[in-house]
Amino acid sequence: MEILVCVKRVPDTAENEIEINSDGNDIERDDLVYSVNEWDNYAVEEAIQIVDKVGGSVTVVTVGDDESEEVLRREMAMGAEKGILLSDDAFEGSDGKGIATALKAAVEKGSYDLIFTGAQADDGAAQVGGMLAAMLDYPYASLVNLIEPGDGKLKVGREIEGGNQEINEIELPCVLSIQTGINEPRYVGIRGIRKVASVEIPTLGASDLGLDAGSVGEGAAKVRRVDYFMPEMGEGAEMLEGSTEEIIDKLIELLKAKGGLK
Amino acid sequence: MAEVFAYIKHEGGVADDSALELLSAAKKIAPGANVTAVVTGNGADIDTVCNAMASAYSAVWKIDNEALAYPNAEVVRKALVNTLAADSIVLLPHDTFGMDLGPGLSIKMNSAFVADLVDVEDSDGAVLKVIRQEFSGQAYTHVTCDISGGAVINVRPGVFAAEEAAATGAVVDKSADAGDLSAKRKYIEIVEAEAGDVDITKAEVLVSVGRGIEDEDNIEIVHDLAKAMGAEVSCSRPIVDAKWLEKARQVGTSGKTVKPKVYMAMGISGSFQHMGGLKGNPFIVAVNKNPKAPIFQVADVGVEADILEFIPELTEKIEEL
Ligand SMILES: Cc1cc2nc3c(=O)[nH]c(=O)nc-3n(C[C@H](O)[C@H](O)[C@H](O)COP(=O)(O)OP(=O)(O)OC[C@H]3O[C@@H](n4cnc5c(N)ncnc54)[C@H](O)[C@@H]3O)c2cc1C
Ligand SMILES: Cc1cc2nc3c(=O)[nH]c(=O)nc-3n(C[C@H](O)[C@H](O)[C@H](O)COP(=O)(O)OP(=O)(O)OC[C@H]3O[C@@H](n4cnc5c(N)ncnc54)[C@H](O)[C@@H]3O)c2cc1C
Repeated sequence: MEILVCVKRVPDTAENEIEINSDGNDIERDDLVYSVNEWDNYAVEEAIQIVDKVGGSVTVVTVGDDESEEVLRREMAMGAEKGILLSDDAFEGSDGKGIATALKAAVEKGSYDLIFTGAQADDGAAQVGGMLAAMLDYPYASLVNLIEPGDGKLKVGREIEGGNQEINEIELPCVLSIQTGINEPRYVGIRGIRKVASVEIPTLGASDLGLDAGSVGEGAAKVRRVDYFMPEMGEGAEMLEGSTEEIIDKLIELLKAKGGLK
Repeated sequence: MAEVFAYIKHEGGVADDSALELLSAAKKIAPGANVTAVVTGNGADIDTVCNAMASAYSAVWKIDNEALAYPNAEVVRKALVNTLAADSIVLLPHDTFGMDLGPGLSIKMNSAFVADLVDVEDSDGAVLKVIRQEFSGQAYTHVTCDISGGAVINVRPGVFAAEEAAATGAVVDKSADAGDLSAKRKYIEIVEAEAGDVDITKAEVLVSVGRGIEDEDNIEIVHDLAKAMGAEVSCSRPIVDAKWLEKARQVGTSGKTVKPKVYMAMGISGSFQHMGGLKGNPFIVAVNKNPKAPIFQVADVGVEADILEFIPELTEKIEEL
């Protein structure tokens, strides 16, 4: 099974407080710690486990800039064999469709049975996988938390509301978006990343992909981010102030009043 | 002006909560437009839903077909592409169904896609300006969308108030337009979530822990606090993904819906999928080291603190009472 996994480099929100810059056109990116989108680690782990079972290889691909290479290497240290970086000024300002357009071109340059994306990334859009599938005319299933390979098809479970699981049969080739919890992504240490440090990662631009620059990037985007802002907070929570002791005393009084202590 | 449609999710003859929320979202997105409900399905259920929707929407399109008995997004997509004009504006809930259907539908209709809309700023029929969130609600964005060639818009559940039922719409049978509904994905069955050993849905007080707990070994301090308070322990999804607590303790749209009197959110950021599982207007206490964490917008009382230090101190004080 040849598997392509799409991965995105995103600010690590567990490590950072997100601040909006003074112009309001972006977040403060200077001191941000970046990592691989949480969902994508599960997708790469799942791909590796499938290949371990049935053979084949895993390729990781990202649309990004030079710095995105580090997330490819991280996923290669997990066990992906190849990495592909899609990078071009023409991709800048792409909306989800622009990103999916670039990924589609990369898919068509290879020969993959199965394509994974994460269920969602930092924009919370959950859009790229479904768009990519529709562009390729492949069947799609989102929020997948179970995969059992079969002959020319897969049995997949989708996690739906209430944690219930919707079981489907899907024909190959197909695109699946992977939900967290499907597996336990393996840990990669510095040593693992060093091992793949010298593996060649090809960089492909719009023309390498046979893409008309007008089909991607800001020009093609029907959806445009205008600015970032923080809304007026309204009332919000009453913040308890003072020493820890004072805060705890106040909190205990409140909990007693609200029936929070038995 | 383009036609505006809301896709109605339903089960067992009952429309989903999103059904009337989409109508009020549609009225902000396309002021003055007639909004049509689209109901797909099979058999008697679909008629019940269509009739209910006709009391709120000015028109209801019914697409009845055996292949639509279960709402497999791949099949529904085909039915919609075959039935709706390409420049239509289609509203879906941004839930596990809308995420499955929306992005691909926008490609097949060659229209724009807006994910997880939380509010509408402005609309002139050609350009729609909306509000979204990024980074799990840590930043808001204004987004413009060219809807002149149609759009698929996924609307966040629970943010638009349900529109009052005040119409007498006609039900139009569009089943004959559905066309070829063959698909390469086949629905098999639903496997219900395991019940588990605990039932957090009945707890009056929940001490709920999120990724801020940092390490499996620290979960113990949460159990200690819950014990001191006479509460049950619940959690956010990452804690279950990491297998630090069992799935039956997860609060949220893909976990349990809880209705406690008091909810202690410890190291939880407050994503809408988490908060979606919290009903009945509980008294929410949030403890988080980030003063800008979105949870503080919805909590009643907040404490800016490191839970690893705060929880043991709180437990000790409560035990002394
Ligand atoms: C400076 C800047 C400006 C931007 N301007 C705009 C704008 O004007 N309009 C707009 O709509 N968006 C804009 N974006 C957002 C950007 O185009 C998003 O990357 C795109 O919308 C897809 O990401 P997502 O988070 O929506 O992906 P989702 O659909 O939520 O992600 C799901 C999965 O898709 C895959 N995926 C997503 N992105 C990539 C990628 N880059 N490479 C490989 N796989 C990927 C991953 O597997 C991921 O898990 C901007 C981004 C930046 C950094
Ligand atoms: C389809 C779908 C369904 C989902 N369903 C659910 C669901 O049912 N339930 C659910 O919870 N999530 C669900 N999610 C995931 C959801 O989007 C969020 O990713 C998740 O809720 C985040 O959990 P969290 O708040 O614990 O983690 P984070 O968002 O990482 O937040 C951790 C918080 O802890 C704070 N913190 C860190 N360290 C400390 C410390 N030492 N002391 C105090 N504070 C600290 C941080 O400031 C941060 O605010 C779903 C996602 C999808 C796509």
